[in-house]
Amino acid sequence: MSDTEARISEVVTKNDVVLFMKGTPLFPQCGFSSRAVAILDHCGVAYESVDVLQDMEIRQGIKTYSDWPTIPQLYVKGEFLGGSDIMMEMFEAGELKQLMDDKGVAKAS
Amino acid sequence: MPMSGEEIEGLIKAAMPDAEVEMTDLAGDGDHWAAKVTAPDFAGKSRVQQHKMVYDALGGRMGGVLHALQLTTAVPTS
Repeated sequence: MSDTEARISEVVTKNDVVLFMKGTPLFPQCGFSSRAVAILDHCGVAYESVDVLQDMEIRQGIKTYSDWPTIPQLYVKGEFLGGSDIMMEMFEAGELKQLMDDKGVAKAS
Repeated sequence: MPMSGEEIEGLIKAAMPDAEVEMTDLAGDGDHWAAKVTAPDFAGKSRVQQHKMVYDALGGRMGGVLHALQLTTAVPTS
């Protein structure tokens, strides 16, 4: 396992919900990341975010880690769930909130 | 160079001949596309797997040339 992989693995296992995104939840730097943040806020869960624009190794590494070509990427309990389109589909179907409840994810305070 | 809707649709259909592809030009600039792909091949696959099949069809262009393709996948209902 490379250093980058190890760093990613640590973040996604230590936090229940992690969003790898461009920018920060307060200042998203792309429309897809902005949409992902809005969805998580609607779900009312606590989440950690990683700004890939601040770290080129993570920006490339996360794509290899999940074998997924785009950012944002959502991880719940260490498992890659999808990008913003999948988040939106799951959110609209009520599946995202259900999954967070089922997995016992902490609520936002 | 942005890709045209026909190009994107063509690549998806070349890999998945049974797929129905509906392209929408989101911004009217020919660069921001939404694709709705309905295909029997998606049956029994997770959402991540379904999206990956489309990304594979696009042959590595997703996230590169195609930086803003909004994707929805579905299994046809009969």
